[in-house]
Parts: sequence; C-alpha cells; structure tokens
Amino acid sequence: MASKVNTGKKPQINHTNPLAHALLEKLDYDQLTNCMRCGFCLPACPTFRETGVEPESPRGRIALMKAVADGLMEPDDMFRDQMNHCLGCRACEPVCPADVKYGQLIEQARDALEDHPVHSLPVKGMRKLFFKGVFPHRSRLKSLGRTMKFYQQSGLRRVARGSGMMKLFPKHLQDMERILPDATAQGVIEQLGTVYPAKGTPIARVALFRGCIMDVMFAGTNVNTVKLLAEAGFEVVIPPEQVCCGALHAHSGELDLARDLARINVRVFKEMNVDYIVSNAGGCGALLVEYDHLLHEDEAWKEQSAWFASRVVDISKLLVEHGRIPAFRDGASSSSEPVVVTYQDSCHLRNVMRSGTEPRQLISQVANVTFQEMKEADRCCGSAGIYNVTQPEMASQILEHKMENVNATGARYLLTSNPGCLMQMKLGVEKHGCGEAMEVQHLVDFLYERLNHS
Amino acid sequence: MLEPALIAQLRDIVGDTHFRDDPEALIAHSYDGTPMLQAKPDAVVYPANTEQVSAIMKALSTYKVPLISRGSGSNLCGGTVPVEGGVVMVMHRMNQILELDMENLTARVQPGLITADFINHIEALGLFYPPDPSSMRISTIGGNIAECSGGLRGLKYGTTKDYVLGLEAVLASGEIIRTGGKLMKDVAGYDLTKLLVGSEGTLAVITEATLKLIPPPQSKMTMLAMFRDLYGAARTVSAIIEAKIIPATLEFMDNPTIRVVDDFAKLGLPLDMEAILLIEQDGDPETVERDIELIRQICMREQADSVQVAATREEAERLLTARRSAFTALARLRPTTILEDATVPRSKIADMVLRINEIATKYNVTIATFGHAGDGNLHPTATTDARDPEEIHRVEQAFEDIFAAALELGGTITGEHGVGIVKAPYLEWKVGASGISLMKGIKDVFDPDHILNPGKVFAKETRKRVVLQHG
Repeated sequence: MASKVNTGKKPQINHTNPLAHALLEKLDYDQLTNCMRCGFCLPACPTFRETGVEPESPRGRIALMKAVADGLMEPDDMFRDQMNHCLGCRACEPVCPADVKYGQLIEQARDALEDHPVHSLPVKGMRKLFFKGVFPHRSRLKSLGRTMKFYQQSGLRRVARGSGMMKLFPKHLQDMERILPDATAQGVIEQLGTVYPAKGTPIARVALFRGCIMDVMFAGTNVNTVKLLAEAGFEVVIPPEQVCCGALHAHSGELDLARDLARINVRVFKEMNVDYIVSNAGGCGALLVEYDHLLHEDEAWKEQSAWFASRVVDISKLLVEHGRIPAFRDGASSSSEPVVVTYQDSCHLRNVMRSGTEPRQLISQVANVTFQEMKEADRCCGSAGIYNVTQPEMASQILEHKMENVNATGARYLLTSNPGCLMQMKLGVEKHGCGEAMEVQHLVDFLYERLNHS
Repeated sequence: MLEPALIAQLRDIVGDTHFRDDPEALIAHSYDGTPMLQAKPDAVVYPANTEQVSAIMKALSTYKVPLISRGSGSNLCGGTVPVEGGVVMVMHRMNQILELDMENLTARVQPGLITADFINHIEALGLFYPPDPSSMRISTIGGNIAECSGGLRGLKYGTTKDYVLGLEAVLASGEIIRTGGKLMKDVAGYDLTKLLVGSEGTLAVITEATLKLIPPPQSKMTMLAMFRDLYGAARTVSAIIEAKIIPATLEFMDNPTIRVVDDFAKLGLPLDMEAILLIEQDGDPETVERDIELIRQICMREQADSVQVAATREEAERLLTARRSAFTALARLRPTTILEDATVPRSKIADMVLRINEIATKYNVTIATFGHAGDGNLHPTATTDARDPEEIHRVEQAFEDIFAAALELGGTITGEHGVGIVKAPYLEWKVGASGISLMKGIKDVFDPDHILNPGKVFAKETRKRVVLQHG
C-alpha cells in the first residue's frame, strides 16, 4: 500500500515538567495523530472490558499521552498508573482501522516514565537485579536455574512451604511460586549441542532462539522444539552467544537495555547465515520480529536488523508453511473417545506475529484428538510478561474470567505457545479449575509427545 | 468548575467510585469519534439506573449545569464533545436486556447495551434486528437511538427509527417520561418516540427502549458488478428499484476508493473501473435467486464490465472484502480521516459523485467516495492532516460545497451521522429559518434552560450559503 505520509511534526511546547518534556520527546507524534478516536479498539481491550471506563482503553491511553504531550494535563500518579495498567497484549492493533502502532506508543511512554522513576526502593532493586543483572547474562541465568533447582529439589521448598515462610510474601507471589516448573541449568545446548541435523533432505537451515526463561524453566520444551523441527525436515543450529530478547525490558520502559540486547542477537544470528530464526515463545518472537523497529534510529544497524526481523518465525507457522509435517497421534487415551484439546492464544503470537491459525491447524492434525475452540481464546490471560506480578489485582480478575471460558470447553489438555501464558494458565487451573484433571502444556511438547516414532 | 455542594450531591447519588473529576477522567471524556474536536467536561458520572439519572438531572437543573449523555463516544458529528463543559454521563453501566417478549417480538433494553452484543444475543434466538451501523461492535443502542443510526441494510429494512417502538427518558427537569410501547399502532397524540429518536441528546436522556424484532431472512446471495461508466452504475441502481426489487444491500465505491482499497487489500481490482456495486439480496431462497438473476441481467444491460455472483458463503465473504476494507484503507493513507454522509435521492448518485470529484479537484484535496447507493447515502471521505491548518481549511471549504451540492440535488447534509457541532452551521440550509425556529421551540419546551447537550444541532451562526457555479 501507499505508505502513510508521516511528517514527524510535533507541537512546539516548552514543558516545565521534565516527564512531560520526556514524553513529548519520546512519543511518536505521528502515531498519536493517526489515532482517529473511532473507538474500534475498545471491545478488544481486556482492561476496558474489565472496567468499562474509557481511560482503561487504548483510545483513552493514547488520548492521555497526547494530552500530556500537548500540555493539556500534567503526568500525575494516575497517569503513571494508567500507562502501567496496560497489559501490552496489543489486541487493539489488528482491529485498528488506522493501523496505529499502539505497542510502540506504550513502550515509548513507559520508556519516558522509567527516565523519571518513582519506584519504591525494593522494586528498584528487583528491577535492577533482573533487568540488568540476570536476564542479559546467560551464566547468571544458569546459576539462577541451579539455585532454583536446588531450592526445589533439596527439600528447601518443602521447608519453605511447611514452615509458613511463604506466607510472608504477598498472596500473588505465593501463588506464583507454587506453579513454577522445575528449573534446570541444563539448557538446550547442554543437552543437544549447537547443531542438530534434519531428518531426511534438509528443507532449510534454521536457528533456534532459545530465550532466557524458556531455557532455564522450560529447557525440555526447547529440546522438543529442536527435535520436532528436525523431524519436519529442518537443520537446526543454536547460536550459543545469543542473549535474552529484551521483551521484558522493552515492555517495562527499559528501551536502551532492550536495544543493547537486540544488537548482540542480530550480530550473533547474522553470523549463522540461516534461512529462518525460530521462536517458540510468542512474547519473545514478537519483539524479535520488530527488531528493525527497535533499532530504526540506528543507521548502522538498519540493514542487519531488517535481515533479522524478516527471518523470525514461530515454530507453528514454519511447520505449517514449509515443514514436512509428521503424523501425530494421541495414543494416551485407551478408549476410542477422542481427547478434547483447547488452545489459549499467546497475544503477541496472534496480534504481533499474526500466527493465530497455525497452532490450531497443527492441533487439528493430531489423530484421535478433538479440537474445541475456547470462547475468547484470543483474549489475554492476564500474564502479560511480568504484569501478573506488578498488577496482581487486574491480572487475577482477568484470569478468573478466562478460566470460566477454559472450563466451559471441557478439555483434557489446554495448550499455549508462550511460557508466561503457560504459567498463568497453570495458576488458573490450580485456582479455578473445575476439579477434573486438566493438563496445561506448551503446544510443542504436546505435539512432540504424539509423534509417531516409526 | 462545579460547586462543591453539587459535587457532594452527585457523589451521593452515584457513589464515590462512579463520580470522577480527576484529570484522567476529564481528558478521556473530552473527545468522541470526530476529528479535531476536544473540550474537557467538569466531571463524569456513571449512573446505575433511571432513578439515579433522574436525581442527577434534578441536581444539574437546580445549578443549571450542562449534561452530555453518551455511550461509547463513537459518533462522527461531535455529538458528545462537551463544548460548554458540564457533566458527561456515561451510560455503560446500564447495559442490560431487560425483557425479550417472544409473543410480541419486542425487546426492552437499557441504553448502554453494545449494539453487536444485542444483535448476537437475539440472533442466537432466531430473531433479527436490522440496524447495523459500522460502529456496532462498540456503539450502544442508546447512542444509535440518539443519532438515529443507519447502516448497510437501511434501504430494505429502514434505520433505527423504524425499530424503536417506545422509550423511557429523563427530561431536563428530572421528570421521567414513557412514550409508545409494545405497539405496532399507536396514534395517541404527537409521536414523541420518533421525536426523541435522532434528537442527539438535546431533548432528554434515554434510559430504556422497546425495540421491534423481526424474523430473519432464510437465505442470502451476494454479487459484485464493475462499471467503466459511472452513469451505468447509477442507472443500474435506479433500474433495480424500478424493477420493483429492493435489495438488502446495495453498496457503491468510486474510482479513488477502488484504487486505495486495491492498494491496501491487494484484491487485483481493475483500476480503470469508475464504480463497483456490491449487491446482496435476502429472503426465501427462490425469490432471492430470481432477484439476483434479474439484477444480473440489469447490470449487463447497463454495460457492466463484469458481474460475479458468489456461489458459496466463502466466495460472498471475498466479494464483501473490497467494500469492508474501504474505510480502513482510506484511514491509513493520511493521519486524519474525515468521513461525511451527504445524502441525495438515489437517482442522483452519479451526479453527486461527479460533483464531489469536481469539488475535490477545485480545492486540491483528496476525497474518495463510497457508501450506501441504494438509499443515496454517500460517504465522501477526505484524507488529510490535522496539523496542517491551511489544508484543513481547504477540506472544510470542500465539504461546505459538498453539502450545498447535495441540497441542490434534492438531498440532505447528513443521512445517518447527525448534526452535532460539525453540521450545525449548515442545518438552516436544509430546514430553512422557519424549520430552525420550530425546532428551537421544541427544544425550549423540553429543556428551557438549555442544559442538555448545549452547543449541538443549533449553530450560533449559520454559514452564508454560496451559490455554486455549475460546470
């Protein structure tokens, strides 16, 4: 289509408030102007649906950003809270007639807020520890994994829970701790090496983006991803120097840190000379696929980041579009009754990577399985990166409504495509499950376990 | 600023959580779907029921403070922008279907109900509510009634006014009135129901509506016809009606729209076509098939370049894509999109489209036209940039000429969006000085202190009408 005429014109205002000044500087004023306030985003927005009030909608938040930039209002505490109240699920983007890049606007707003923070000391410390100290560093993540594994297996966890020590933490953190999977220091490379050959004639050479949390908490899923890709005809390489994608940083207003991580990943993957860069986590993939935008102000990285972004694909889409899809069969069920399976979209996989149909296509191909579409499966589950930790109230309200729809499917398996959603759904089943056993799994694990190993 | 005593009263009526006067709430209720209009209210209230609405109105009339009632704020005429400050009343909490009467085929609903939610609900029960404004996924029944919204099915099924049988409303004084009922015939006095439908929140606050439901059509067929000659397309529209066929949908796109849509949706549309007609008929299967065949013959007779009839529902969906993409495709061209709704007798569509194109050239602005050809309701859409005052001025001049052209052709300044602020300066062109004074008289009776949605419908000053030179 004809590209939109963007003038970059901003109002000439000398804000005395430094935060207002930063917002005017950082916000893309063209995008603010592009919002024509039609309101089509309102029914798509989870926080608007929960509250029914305009400021809790994308149209409302954009109006607030623009009002601050235009000098119509001061960026007070309520403004700050409202910007943080957004889940960042980006369900508003596919329904926007004017193609407003809301996800970019909210990140720019949070970036400006982070330059003028008001975090309490403990939160500040936690943010620094994780965003700067842990996520970017593979070795520290691994030792975190080892520590967690120790905590989980040594009996410390039992002691912690038994002693009532966990009760010292806020309720929602106690809940989170309960559903944490077993961590490991044995990531996908430690288990499979850096190159894994294709089964049969290779269709393409692909690189796995292993993720930071994925590889510590869900290393098994990474291993299954590689094996499933190989089974479908792809040669898989896993660049060992790759780092965290930076999504949690970007969504929390740490854009500079996210850019640093992006540059490392672009360099490392570029050297591998691959046809595709495969992600198995919607949250990571959605940022990877927008590295070109993240680095768009950096002339030196323009070409390389575009190269990178154009190759990023979710495993489900790659399998459906280019793979030799192997036969899957559910043999677990002894009766002839097919097993009922449902799927919770990863918002970022659906709304940003636009891969909503492929996971469903794959599930439907498994023999002896009935796919039961969940009502509003495309709505955020409330996990949203670290949202369920920072905004526990709204997250738990959204989860409760989500679980009504989950339970209505009567499914035996609930599948998803992102670690955050996976943990949130596990929490949901534990808190609001309807009693009967429902298993929550990553789509890749479910498929891999049902491969017909002939 | 509201007086503290009034604030205390309002808090008392709706409860602390449903009264807001913080900067966030004021900014978020300072706009609607209309470009380039913004004004902050003094407070926002979210009433739970009719009694609260009545109590709020009593308080506001004592203090003579304006009240702007609104649903989702998706209108395109500036109808819910609080230009004179006051209190914005959001009806979202009053969103229940109160009763479905299957014996009378009526529904009693609250105004904050989202139109699409209502339609989904009653369609699942095998019923049909035809008004389908493009905003229905977010707009409310109350908003649709206040603006008398139309939609794609207006030609065959009518618009919102044809489905409102009765209303409950709160007057400026706080008095609660009930009009009409579950009645298909009712001539007891002046028709207050019809008067309130389309009154844009300037006469009363609608708190409940009794709606007419009808049985759904059994089947539907869809076709697309392309024309190199604009008049061929226009004659086709007239010929279809002349043949005594009333299609369920009869939509039109002009050449500038076709180009933009094709660029956006990559549909491979022929770019040298001057017009595309999208036609749907519904009803019992035999009649539908007969009508579609007759329409196909009419299209061919009027030199259509191509006619496609969808064999399956999927194919129909594909044909519908072009028309459905029109607004989105246009909205993405430039930062600001101004969508108007000049309407002419359907026999004048070709003349009107040509006039619009001439006017766009004259002022050097981009205007594409699509719309509901069957009822003559066109949507000339300007793509521009609110940050360029000089260009915006030319766009405004162009629209002024377009309104004048519509009137010259026997049409009107607005078919379904309402007058609001945007078209208030032109209302007198349509209804005349005596029409305005009659309407003002009605306003005075309902709302003597002018506290209901002030600054709308009636302009402080009517635009001087320029007599256009033809050619």
